Amino acid sequence: MIINHPLLGPRDAAEFVYLGDASLMQRPNPKSETAAEDFHNYQYLRNNPAGEHKELWYHEQGDRSWLVVTRNTLSHEITHVELARDVARSS
Amino acid sequence: MNLIDKNRPFNFKFDGKALQGFEGDTLASALLRNKIQLVGRSFKYHRPRGIMGAGSEESNALMEIHNQGVIEPNRRANMIKLFDGLDVRSQNRMPSLNFDVMAINDFLSPFLAAGFYYKTFMWPRAFWEKLYEPLIRNAAGLGRLSTNPDPDRYDKGFLHCDTLIIGAGPSGLMSALIAGRSGARVIIADEDFEMGGRLLSDPQEIDGASGYEWVSSTLAELHSMPNVRLMPRTSVFGNYDHGIYGALEVKTDEINAQGNIKGARQVLWRIYSQNTILAAGATERPIAFANNDRPGIMLASAMRTYETRYDIDFGKYAILSNNSSTDKNRSDQTIDTRADIWIADTSGRKGLKSVTLNSGEKIATNWLGMSGGWNPNVHLTCHKRGRPKWDDVNACFCPDPNTLPDAMQVIGAANGEFTTHAAFKGAKKACANLGHKSGKSPKADDAPYEVGAFWHVKGKKRAWVDFQNDVTSKDIILAHQEGFSSVEHVKRYTTLGMATDQGRTSNVVGLAVLAEARGDSIPDTGTTIFRPPYTPVSIGAFAGPHGGQHFKPIRKTPSHKFAEENGAAFVETGYWKRASWFAKPGEQGWRDSVDREAFNTRRSVGICDVTTLGKIDVQGADAGKFLNKVYANTFSTLKVGRCRYGLMLREDGMAMDDGTCARFSDTHYVMTTTTANAVTVFRHLEFVRQCLFPNMDIHLISTTEQWAQYAVAGPNSRKLLQKIVDPEFDISNEEFAYMGCQKITVCGGTRARIFRLSFSGELAFEIAVPTRYGDTLVRKLMEAGEEFDVDMYGTEALGVMRIEKGHAAGNELNGTTTALNLGLGGFVAKKKDCIGKVLSQREGLIGDDVLRMVGFTAINPNDTITNGAHFIKMGDPKDAAHDQGYMTSIAYSPELGHFIGIGFLKGGDKRKGEELMAVDFVRNNHIKVKVVSSHFIDPDGERLRA
Repeated sequence: MIINHPLLGPRDAAEFVYLGDASLMQRPNPKSETAAEDFHNYQYLRNNPAGEHKELWYHEQGDRSWLVVTRNTLSHEITHVELARDVARSS
Repeated sequence: MNLIDKNRPFNFKFDGKALQGFEGDTLASALLRNKIQLVGRSFKYHRPRGIMGAGSEESNALMEIHNQGVIEPNRRANMIKLFDGLDVRSQNRMPSLNFDVMAINDFLSPFLAAGFYYKTFMWPRAFWEKLYEPLIRNAAGLGRLSTNPDPDRYDKGFLHCDTLIIGAGPSGLMSALIAGRSGARVIIADEDFEMGGRLLSDPQEIDGASGYEWVSSTLAELHSMPNVRLMPRTSVFGNYDHGIYGALEVKTDEINAQGNIKGARQVLWRIYSQNTILAAGATERPIAFANNDRPGIMLASAMRTYETRYDIDFGKYAILSNNSSTDKNRSDQTIDTRADIWIADTSGRKGLKSVTLNSGEKIATNWLGMSGGWNPNVHLTCHKRGRPKWDDVNACFCPDPNTLPDAMQVIGAANGEFTTHAAFKGAKKACANLGHKSGKSPKADDAPYEVGAFWHVKGKKRAWVDFQNDVTSKDIILAHQEGFSSVEHVKRYTTLGMATDQGRTSNVVGLAVLAEARGDSIPDTGTTIFRPPYTPVSIGAFAGPHGGQHFKPIRKTPSHKFAEENGAAFVETGYWKRASWFAKPGEQGWRDSVDREAFNTRRSVGICDVTTLGKIDVQGADAGKFLNKVYANTFSTLKVGRCRYGLMLREDGMAMDDGTCARFSDTHYVMTTTTANAVTVFRHLEFVRQCLFPNMDIHLISTTEQWAQYAVAGPNSRKLLQKIVDPEFDISNEEFAYMGCQKITVCGGTRARIFRLSFSGELAFEIAVPTRYGDTLVRKLMEAGEEFDVDMYGTEALGVMRIEKGHAAGNELNGTTTALNLGLGGFVAKKKDCIGKVLSQREGLIGDDVLRMVGFTAINPNDTITNGAHFIKMGDPKDAAHDQGYMTSIAYSPELGHFIGIGFLKGGDKRKGEELMAVDFVRNNHIKVKVVSSHFIDPDGERLRA
């Protein structure tokens, strides 16, 4: 696969390390009354869609940026790549 | 005209017999030139077999290439370019090709039908492993491997292009010409060593001249274009995501046994293409009739190739055909199934003698060409789950334009367009779609291809469908009768199409037989899925140059050479070579060295290379805030010039890593990680920084390789260091207390960092200098320490001393333990949030009964404590239900004179003094142990604060 890095252009997937569902960026509020339940869901429950999936990739053999990659799990088509930091800042 | 250079003869050996061929020959053509019909034995029945094809579709002619004890098995004779000195041997026969005892299977064939193994070797169960498996394994398999190491070199490469053209027949060459002329970066690859495809095999004219002439002038022009790369002997074997293709280039078939081959034997290419033109041609299929596998029966197109390109004279021969493509053969007699004549049987066990027609007429012939029509080579259109669609007119599967991989166009015979005229037309159109205009195409053969639907001759005798795996039409019909009617089931039950040729010649014929048995059409019967690789690729090519010590990188510390000079034995951790111990003359084994190193460090002073520990520079206004998040304990309150032990948790509450963190200024911390986890921790920190707290002012960089670092430990460590630390820096206990850190200079001005940290439990320091001074520093330290009898110590002595001190390490931080388990529950700060805090408080991870880290000693001092032993209460049964915990680390303590251990025990913090059984079924060592504090030495820490 080729991931079109927003800063570095198209890069081979071999340069990246895969983490998983981008929902891992939405860490729950530890002060909430439902924190125990929220963290359980955050840590262990994932959607496994057949189709478009937002996921986290780390450019370990490159500039060390975390990316949010929108990839179709059926066709491997990648439609969108963003810096995770930009996504995290805007949410 | 042909492509054989008779002025360049080559000598080669087949089964030890000296033979001669010429430049331009393949091994297959050279064998035919020498009138050799019998070249191999079939897989299951050991039937005598001859050459069947002229290209990579070959099912029968599999050979071993030999050179000085090195063997490469299962090579197709038609894919070996003949060279001088080639030594090949037939395979799958015992003792010889001519007389094979396993041919008994052929006479037992009524018992060896489809599913034979499944039906026969079911019971008794006890026979599976002891009897059946060795028997089957002994009989199974094609070819042999030599057990010698592969002496050859393999390489890997990466290529980028605008257009990848797969296949260099008329359509591929024409596409390359058009795209090349318009300036596109083109790669054209073909598995043959000569480009030209069927233009080299079928006599035909292009623009009034011979096909050869058009090929050679086209190749000359392509060679002159700097933007076109021609890759003969390169098989594109797989289509992967986003325009990536795998290709195997064979540089030579010679084996490098004498060190005679320069460079790589094969190169595995990864080709990145913007768009692709598949011009892979088509493969002829056989017809299933009784005894259609005799040596001398081959594909009709292969016979044309041998006649035209290789100048082989078959003499008189016959053709069995259901289509018009065989009109180009020089045969004397065509048996055309479209005229309702076919072959009922054949004779000649080791070479064809005659064929008998359905009319009863017997024709004497040594050679027979057969053609059941053509299969477009659609494989690469299907590697991404594309499915071909059935073309009724041409009776074949063609690529489905709706399921093609992105940016791929298919032209020529691969697209079911079988004439040269259509090939040129397809190339012109495909190139136009890519924006490359072209002039008028050359005039070429446009005779229509006509095919009748004739697949197999019904009858009682065996008619081969899959020649390599010995699958006959009877097997397919039997499978259907036994309920295996789905094509995927038939494939697995009969092994149809599962041989090394992946069913290139057999799949569609097999489908036709199955469809008939089901009373269904071929498209409704469906196809199996095509997966990479299209042709066999050797494992050596996938490994490339990454064999032996190149399998993974080696990291050496700056004082590696010094360690080698001092008798170090090394252990690998996170690619690093770390010194385990330093053997001195007279020492009998590792324990002698380790005991001496640990004892000497506690008595006087020792030095240990700790460069490999991960070092991460953490800088920014929010550095303290950030570290509060990633460490369980608090770092924002750490004073400048001080260090603190830190425990890092995963979000699930388990301990991830530990280490120390030093603060050099308000905005600058230096974190250390364990050697093995340095990469994981850094990745985790970047995740926390970028994905969870993107607004913190914080930057991270790994400085592991920028600093060489040494632990100097023992009561004399300060005295030793005072000799090399420049006098303006005070490292006395008053000015530089335990857990202090400062920037200093050593040896007259070399900048350094010093930390008062202790893993050993002794008065100890860690001193770091820029990497390039590491070797000099360690030599200076050893020189300065001579008066204190200083010793180097390795990771083993380090381990002994940390167990004596009860410090957790990798064995304890094993991914299943929490801060509470480790006795560090108090470290999880109450007032602040950190990664892993919420989930570390889950039910089951807290409470009085959770595992707690404690120490153990043997009640009988002569007993050996073993790692991994489980604790059982005295008198309880030794089973999992009564498990109380387990031992994680053990060592012989030279200081105490007996073995000690640390481990996890349920509620262990309140069980000191209790006696337990430590049960080790792996080593069969069950001993009585006593629960003690894990701080075996200096429990109050007086030594390290001295």
